[in-house]
Amino acid sequence: MPQPEPQAIAKRPHGVKTAALVSSGRHPVSGRAGRAREDARAVEMGLALVGADLSLVHAGDPEQASLRESLEGYLGMYHGLDGGRPGDERDGQLSLLPLRAGEDAVAPLAAWLEQRGVRLALTGQRAECGEGSGMVGYLLAERLGWSIATGIAAIECCDEESVTVLQALPQGQRRRLEIRLPCLIAVDAVAEAPRQSAFGPARRGRIETVDDLLPADESRLDTGSADWRWQPARARPKRLKVVKSTNARDRFKAAAAKSSATGGQVLTDLSPEEAAEKLIDYLRAEKILAQDDQ
Amino acid sequence: MLNSLLPLLIFAALAVGVIGALRRARLWRQGRQTPVVWAHLFLMPKRYLNDLHHVVVRDKAMAHTHVATAGGFVAAMALALVVHGLQWRNPILGGLLLAASAVMFVGALAVNHRRLNPPEKLSSGPWQRLSKSLLAYSVGMFLISLPLVGVAPTVLGGGVLALILLALVAWGLAEMLIGMGWGGPMKHAFAGSLHLAFHRRPERFDDQHRDPNSSERHDAHRGSRSTALFPLDLTAKALGVEKPADFQWQQLLGFDACVQCGRCQSVCPAYAAGQPLNPKKLIQDMVVGMAGGSDARYAGSGHPGLDVGRHHGASNQAIVPRLVEAETLWACTTCRACVEECPMMIEHVDAIVDMRRFLTLERGETPEKGAAAIDNLIATDNPGGLDNASRLDWAADLEIPRIQDRPAGVDVLLWLGDGAFDMRNQRTLRALVKILRAGGVDFAVLGEEERDSGDVARRLGDEATFQRLAERNIATLSRYRFQRIVTADPHSFHVLGREYGDFGGNYHVLHHSTFIAELFDAGRISVAAPAQAETVTYHDPCYLGRYNGEFAAPRQVLAALGLEVAEMARSGYRSRCCGGGGGAALSDVPADLPGRARIPDMRMEDVRETGATTVAVACPQCTAMLEGVVEPRPRIKDLAELVADALVEPVRATNATSAPSQSREEEPA
Ligand code: SF4
Ligand code: SF4
Repeated sequence: MPQPEPQAIAKRPHGVKTAALVSSGRHPVSGRAGRAREDARAVEMGLALVGADLSLVHAGDPEQASLRESLEGYLGMYHGLDGGRPGDERDGQLSLLPLRAGEDAVAPLAAWLEQRGVRLALTGQRAECGEGSGMVGYLLAERLGWSIATGIAAIECCDEESVTVLQALPQGQRRRLEIRLPCLIAVDAVAEAPRQSAFGPARRGRIETVDDLLPADESRLDTGSADWRWQPARARPKRLKVVKSTNARDRFKAAAAKSSATGGQVLTDLSPEEAAEKLIDYLRAEKILAQDDQ
Repeated sequence: MLNSLLPLLIFAALAVGVIGALRRARLWRQGRQTPVVWAHLFLMPKRYLNDLHHVVVRDKAMAHTHVATAGGFVAAMALALVVHGLQWRNPILGGLLLAASAVMFVGALAVNHRRLNPPEKLSSGPWQRLSKSLLAYSVGMFLISLPLVGVAPTVLGGGVLALILLALVAWGLAEMLIGMGWGGPMKHAFAGSLHLAFHRRPERFDDQHRDPNSSERHDAHRGSRSTALFPLDLTAKALGVEKPADFQWQQLLGFDACVQCGRCQSVCPAYAAGQPLNPKKLIQDMVVGMAGGSDARYAGSGHPGLDVGRHHGASNQAIVPRLVEAETLWACTTCRACVEECPMMIEHVDAIVDMRRFLTLERGETPEKGAAAIDNLIATDNPGGLDNASRLDWAADLEIPRIQDRPAGVDVLLWLGDGAFDMRNQRTLRALVKILRAGGVDFAVLGEEERDSGDVARRLGDEATFQRLAERNIATLSRYRFQRIVTADPHSFHVLGREYGDFGGNYHVLHHSTFIAELFDAGRISVAAPAQAETVTYHDPCYLGRYNGEFAAPRQVLAALGLEVAEMARSGYRSRCCGGGGGAALSDVPADLPGRARIPDMRMEDVRETGATTVAVACPQCTAMLEGVVEPRPRIKDLAELVADALVEPVRATNATSAPSQSREEEPA
């Protein structure tokens, strides 16, 4: 695949209202709350694109003790913007959509995005605590009828109509995509590292609670999760590919490879039933589904 | 003619000088205001004669020169005011005036001699001119005063000669009086005196000595009387120093007192290594910023690798990057060598940390590695981002008592520091534990409840993280009972002992060298004589020596071991930094550019010059930095390792572990 050259962001897409969806992170060693790593990259991407015009939103339980700390981590990134002249800098703004226990985040987030006229939403691919299903982006896009692109490494340019991005593929490959707005972009861990969170801007940033988004009677309860059993996530076992090559380069490549797409097949023009058949066959072959499973 | 013109000249110069001085004072008062206690002016002479002279006299020749020149000038000026200004032409006063001018002339000759081939550290330009002006003033004043005692030919009263003399005196007066107020080199006398009176750290001077019988060792060393950084009010509107006007006014006054003697430059490890920092230039940058303008008129050595004349500033303009490059600030190791040597008692480190605070807290521009360390400190309480519970992993087999299991308290709380995560330093800690056991010391550790002391965060300017760590550590310590804290890390030693006090944590903290020396003194440990004679040298860690005045104990320990110590040329309070302090090692300022040396390599050169085969160290940072020097090089051994290697089991070996330690009697009941 030809490797697209990254391009500098051409110009600021004034008029395209941009927001970043952020969540509370969990440090992998200490378990302490803080910026979530991918979400911080999403904020970095947004700040590089629209500067302090970027607005932040979080849906969560406002009573949670460490919440403010995590959210201030994102607000502390509002520095070095607007031409970098201190004094002209604007402080960060975050809308906090309060959720009560058992409520789902998708409905209020969708309502907020619509109400604010956001057309470009950036977020990480999955949360670091809670369900961490990675589904929020898809559900939001479905509900709003937006496009969605995941695994994005960089935004190349953005105008009123569309955004051009680089999508991260295994082994450092990138694919250029042009996506029609409005659109939701899930940022990959290989995107530009987030800038330092500074104490001063974090302290000055404003957190505004927005709680009149949805009519009170609409049920927002996430009924499905009520009878789930929760346990800490474990890293999934990794399939080892034994490479019998005597060639160090091959062995290194095999060891460094993410699950690459070689050996797959591209199936087109199938009816939904045929497609489902093929998928089930594949899952059986990979022993993900038992042979007698329906 | 002389009799009418001279008074006019003197009073005119005085008046113009005073106007300039008032304008200068306005410049200082742009800084943040603190109450001015005018009575402190009376402290000035004593501070000058005692404390300032104490520093100046380290260069004997220069001290004598200064005494003659300055003393001569002050006397000659005062007498000239009376004799020539007020026209009280008393022959005795005239004689005194002649004598004073003569003394000043001798001093001025010495100044000029030094200026013939000025060393690199000196500034030229106006300072070169000053040496001539001193001559002009002293010669002119001498000759013009000769008629007072009746020896001069009367021709002096008129004609060309009189005009020439008048011109000489006018030149001298212009330099000395007008220049003093209007920012000439003589400004140092005016600003310097006031800086002594209103110094921001009055503890540095004798008169504020708390208790003459105090056992606090740092009182013995003047330079270490006041070394804790000032706490920053995190609720203040502006954090740190963005523009010159954000400094406290005494700091601005201090910068203005600089005589550009370059003593700081010649001891600065960063400057010697070719890093882009020259403390003398930095102070002049601050003066340029305060007064407004460009640094083009600066006539000394610049920041290595950066051109002089390309930077400019104003009192209300951000300092970084137009006046000072950020890398200049990050190159500093906070070793305090400059502060120690500065005859004008200027506080370089305070200024650097103030500016770093702004960069870190407001701009989020800490160098990458430093920012990563801060993030780790926030998330995991140690700069490596490691699981804090693994702080004791190295001691899994040692069964070190936890203070949590000792509700009745212990004598010694052993503070491990972040060296506990470093495999090299773990050897030192194991050695220290062995010594404590041999001495029958009743000790315990905090284990995973111990957090980083906050030293690195604070020097990197992240006062918020520092204060959070300090508060948490203080809260932890308040839950346990112990007599004193012992640590092998001078940075923890300094921060716990000197800087936690501002946040309500007051402890009796000892560095392990002090504690081991005490064990030797009390006869609680004994060592075998070295098998073969070996020459060692000792590297004083900045945070133990200059910051805390502990120079003696490590040397006592080495003496007790029967080792011969060959001192390096730069040792004791003049020890050269290893390069590891103050977050400079995290500063991303590259050391491997052409023309740059690594600071530890230079220090290792100092070691090699002594011919020592082992260098004794007393700090995990120094150990790491010096061990990073490529082989072949002398061995690097911590004091604790040297002692532990030589330990002989006491005769009472059978009950050594259960023997009560002497100090247990002092334990709280
Ligand atoms: S700062 Fe102090 S040591 Fe450095 S040049 Fe100025 S007076 Fe001399
Ligand atoms: S503290 Fe040390 S490194 Fe920093 S300017 Fe002074 S002498 Fe140089």
